[in-house]
Amino acid sequence: MLLTKEQALARSAHSVGGPNETFVLNLGPQHPATHGVLRVKLTMDGEFVQRAEPVCGYIHRMHEKMGENRNYSQFLPNTSRLDYLSAMQYTHAWCGVVEKACKIEVPERAEYIRVITSELNRIASHLVGWGAWVMDLGGFTPILYAFDDREKILDLLEHICGARLTFCYYRFGGVVNDVDEYFLNGTREFVPYMRERMKMYKKLVTQNIILRKRIEGIGIITPDQCRRYGACGPVLRGSGIQHDVRRAEPYSIYHRFDYDIPVYHECDSMARYLVRMDEIEQSLRIIEQAVAKIPEGPFVHPKVPKVIKVPAGDYTFATEAGRGRFMVRLVSDGSDIPYRVKLRTPCLANLSLFEETSAGMLLPDALAHMGSLDLVIPDIDR
Amino acid sequence: MKKAFKEIVGGAVSLLTGMRITLGQFLKNFRKDHNVPYPHAVLPIPDRYRGHIIFTNDEAGLSTCIACKACEKACPSDCILVDGEKKEGAKKKSATIFELNYTLCSLCGACVEVCPTDALTYSKRYNLASTSKAIYSKIDLIKDLDTRMAKERPPAQPPTPEQPQPPTPPPAAEPQATQPTQTPPQ
Repeated sequence: MLLTKEQALARSAHSVGGPNETFVLNLGPQHPATHGVLRVKLTMDGEFVQRAEPVCGYIHRMHEKMGENRNYSQFLPNTSRLDYLSAMQYTHAWCGVVEKACKIEVPERAEYIRVITSELNRIASHLVGWGAWVMDLGGFTPILYAFDDREKILDLLEHICGARLTFCYYRFGGVVNDVDEYFLNGTREFVPYMRERMKMYKKLVTQNIILRKRIEGIGIITPDQCRRYGACGPVLRGSGIQHDVRRAEPYSIYHRFDYDIPVYHECDSMARYLVRMDEIEQSLRIIEQAVAKIPEGPFVHPKVPKVIKVPAGDYTFATEAGRGRFMVRLVSDGSDIPYRVKLRTPCLANLSLFEETSAGMLLPDALAHMGSLDLVIPDIDR
Repeated sequence: MKKAFKEIVGGAVSLLTGMRITLGQFLKNFRKDHNVPYPHAVLPIPDRYRGHIIFTNDEAGLSTCIACKACEKACPSDCILVDGEKKEGAKKKSATIFELNYTLCSLCGACVEVCPTDALTYSKRYNLASTSKAIYSKIDLIKDLDTRMAKERPPAQPPTPEQPQPPTPPPAAEPQATQPTQTPPQ
């Protein structure tokens, strides 16, 4: 049952003659439900959250400042370390902004490789988000299945780029290594396998009554709130706004593929859950088409300058990462070192919603709601 | 009333379905060995595995490094120290100092990519836990190459790329010792 803020507070201790006092509950920075070093200062009225104030900055590593004192290719490894679960799309944004500024052309094959690896990474990212969230809600088994599937993706990606998490696979004008038949065959085999698993997940988790009771109707985020806070990714699409950077600001070669943007209008945690599950299926569709059509040719542009100097100007490039819109704004003064790097990360926007939407919730519901935002803390603090 | 009853039955069915699936998975995977008994067996390491850098060697077992310092400049973390000199009779410079501070390295591979003579490659070492920081703050690549060559020389075989070797027993206590890593400095 959904309670409005007023209804919830009306049931609090004060309304039935209890003392009118609140207490502060410190959630984090070392709490398993926050998935990292996020601290939330909860002002509690009994079991109800009156105010939840997120305290960020525990894992601040000054990535933006680091961008100002190293050259363009030296900043490349940093981009894998913001949202480590969808590192491919983050590197894509950095490569994309430099390619856009220097007008470096990316070969066809490299674009296909980028799409395939990005979508594989998105599936891996959603699987972790999904498994960890269900584990927060008390179901331990699904995360084991999710990690089993994710392992298959990571093995494939490790085969082509040598790393399992901080891939650092894209380069300006292409990718670092070509893909081989082993990878492509593995990907071809993975698609039907994952489709079968998705059916199993639907029966095992999505239809589970305990999960549905926990998240249906809980954590309503209205489209208006999404617009005000700049929410993005599955949070936005779970609130009925059909916005996906791949469609809205097309980049790479996404316009060539046939796929849908899943949207749900319920605005609750279940809607965000279903958006993620549907996105995995849509990613599989993209991968299937891309693997079938991948052309032969060079995997990196042959004439990328060794020392990259970006012409003076102001450039932006956005990608749809696992958790939403990741945008890089690059201001260059014409030298080989950026003048300013601004990283617009999805999790910070999604977290900023939390204070408003969690007021009046029961504490366990607030944690379920926080899980639905799928936060990655290094991405918030960066 | 009817709705509540329906919900209870539907909920119970969903729970039973879940249990059936987990039981099915359990039986399906019951006899399979999904675990690798790590110190006694290791998983195959992919060819492109990005371990810390090591020197490649030419046919004579020597490094092709010309001490051009391109890697030192390309490194985002300033973790490479190179110095070299022109030895008598040699056409090019060769490295006299090549130290990697692995405690700072982020394994991005910038050094390998910029190397003009392909003198650097990724190792496949992953047993890199240590109680002492000193071992990894100065990995001497020249010494490391010499040690590897000395090991490979006696059977007079062509230099083979380093393979992850299943540690010989009893390795559990110190798997690092079984890896062909450099000797810790005193």
